[in-house]
Amino acid sequence: MIGALRWRGISVRLERRMVIASLLLASLLVVVGCWSISVGDFPIRITEVVRTLIGRGTSSSEFIVGTLRLPRVLTGAMVGAAFGVSGAIFQSLARNPLGSPDVIGFTFGSALGAVLVIVAVEGASSVAVSAGAVAGGLLTALVVFLCAWRRGVQAHRLVLVGIGVGYAVAALTNYLLTQANISDAQRASVWLTGSLNGRSWEHVRPVGAGLFVLLPLAMWMGRSLRLLELGDDTAAALGVRLGRARFGIVVVGVGLAALATASAGPVAFVALMAPPIARRIVHAPGITIVPTALVGALLTVSADLMARRMLAPLELPVGIFTAVLGAPYLLWLLTRETRMGAL
Amino acid sequence: MAARRSPRVVGLVLACTVLVLVVVTSLAVGTRSIPFGTVVRSFTDFNGSTDHMIVRELRLPRTMIGVLVGSALGVAGALMQAVTRNPLADPGLLGVSAGASFAVVLAIFVLGIGSLSAYVWFALAGAAATSVAVFALGSIGRGGANPVRLALAGAALSALLGSCTSAVVLLDRQTLDQYRFWVVGSLSGRDMAIVGQAAPFLLVGLLLAFALGRPLNALALGEDAARALGTRVGLTRLATVLAVTLLAGAATAACGPVAFIGLTVPHLARLACGADQRWLLPFSAALGPVMLLSCDILGRVIARPAEVQVGIMTAVVGGPIFVALVRRARMAPL
Repeated sequence: MIGALRWRGISVRLERRMVIASLLLASLLVVVGCWSISVGDFPIRITEVVRTLIGRGTSSSEFIVGTLRLPRVLTGAMVGAAFGVSGAIFQSLARNPLGSPDVIGFTFGSALGAVLVIVAVEGASSVAVSAGAVAGGLLTALVVFLCAWRRGVQAHRLVLVGIGVGYAVAALTNYLLTQANISDAQRASVWLTGSLNGRSWEHVRPVGAGLFVLLPLAMWMGRSLRLLELGDDTAAALGVRLGRARFGIVVVGVGLAALATASAGPVAFVALMAPPIARRIVHAPGITIVPTALVGALLTVSADLMARRMLAPLELPVGIFTAVLGAPYLLWLLTRETRMGAL
Repeated sequence: MAARRSPRVVGLVLACTVLVLVVVTSLAVGTRSIPFGTVVRSFTDFNGSTDHMIVRELRLPRTMIGVLVGSALGVAGALMQAVTRNPLADPGLLGVSAGASFAVVLAIFVLGIGSLSAYVWFALAGAAATSVAVFALGSIGRGGANPVRLALAGAALSALLGSCTSAVVLLDRQTLDQYRFWVVGSLSGRDMAIVGQAAPFLLVGLLLAFALGRPLNALALGEDAARALGTRVGLTRLATVLAVTLLAGAATAACGPVAFIGLTVPHLARLACGADQRWLLPFSAALGPVMLLSCDILGRVIARPAEVQVGIMTAVVGGPIFVALVRRARMAPL
């Protein structure tokens, strides 16, 4: 069944499977989120968590939930959603199932920026590291886009230029790591894995505001992305302005990746794996923004729960567990698949 | 046909000539300056002096490994891109470098092993186990292995192993300290024993790869067309994966993961000779070592008396060159 929402010339197509899958994913996300809030050094019962969340908790649970655990879960969910959508955008743009923000060199650049700050500045604050990461990522993305520009941007050339620039930048990062002293190298590896430790409301606000702007933009651009997947000529014939559409899409994709990287470091795997998982859950032929965002969020929040509790009280970086959770699931989906999607 | 073929022959001869020049340079240039005459005499008339020892014991094995590993990675990359039909594929996509890295980290962490020649066996075993798993996971289910499923299975398993590797490395500072030097990829400190360990695998892999040119060409037309032309699709894929495992596994074992060569050399070769696998594979085999050894020589020269690891140099030098070529040329599609 396919339905549609129409409101003053704006219409949204709703497919039943997508709606049901999205609702299920969203409720699962809420359940895992509450579970994640309830466990820790000071366990709180789930009912108490829910009561606190709707504003009827005791003052101590108010502090633990509101100040310590809720912001962490929210940051995780939003970071995951941002990475997922960013990955979906680049996979669709590059028409390649291995696409991710790496396609445009963003992740490599942000890693170099962050490691440079960690190695060069003694005792750099985490804000400085994030700023370095975002600056490095944006700069690299800009270089890639400019190098790939030759009377317009072809997807194929963009991908190859991205590889060339990205690997050069990644090699510089590795070189810095061999030159650094071991404690800087260790701090850098934690950052490079991606971590949600000690996230507070200061981290939630910027990523929340950014997501509030970029996610609707991404959904709005979904249409031209789906048309671009048909090939440049077809898309142009259907009224997509190739250069402008591609530039806008890249800006949104890079923006999402930058937000997420600044908040949690490069949780690399989510961008790569959330889109194919979402695609296989929804059975959609093309890019689907909302389910991908939800899968990304769910993956990150559950991985963070594991990272906190697996070797408690030792807290591991979340980036380790996104792959531990997501990879087997994707592999299982792949083995069950009877018909392959185009992407 | 003959008119189209002759420029390729010339190109291949040219590539081989450049390779010979690079090999000679690699023997003659290094941290310590040794006159060219002495280098030649160390082969014709060995007298055991320090200079002669340096050439015979340090530079010769290093150059041999460079040639073998460069060819292996170039060819493995071309095979991988052909079998997944994806320009982003590199030998690492089969999980080879992730598997090798994880095995080496385990060897360091659990068994406390610290010698390069011991890493070789662990890396080989890890690479082989991972690529078997990737191929098996990519082939289960209806329709057997298809390119997308193979690529996704490889990426997922690599990510999983990468996570396990970083978990170990993050928990144990000592392991990180050894691992970070292995993982950049380097030709230094490799002796004849390592050449001997890796060479048989690499040679068998190269022979197998060169036999695969024709069926891979057919496969590029699509599965159905390939079947209609009499190609055994499943067998071709299996043989390709086996060749990639041998080549990339042994290469990674010998000098650590050098990702860039496998990814870019096939693209450069495709610029020179088009997409015909029968030519692409030899071109990749010739251009791979040219790139690897030139970068290694540069890495030895620019930071005297220290040196920059070849894994870093290939990407830093090769990256911009690759970008320039991609910008200038109309890329031949896969």
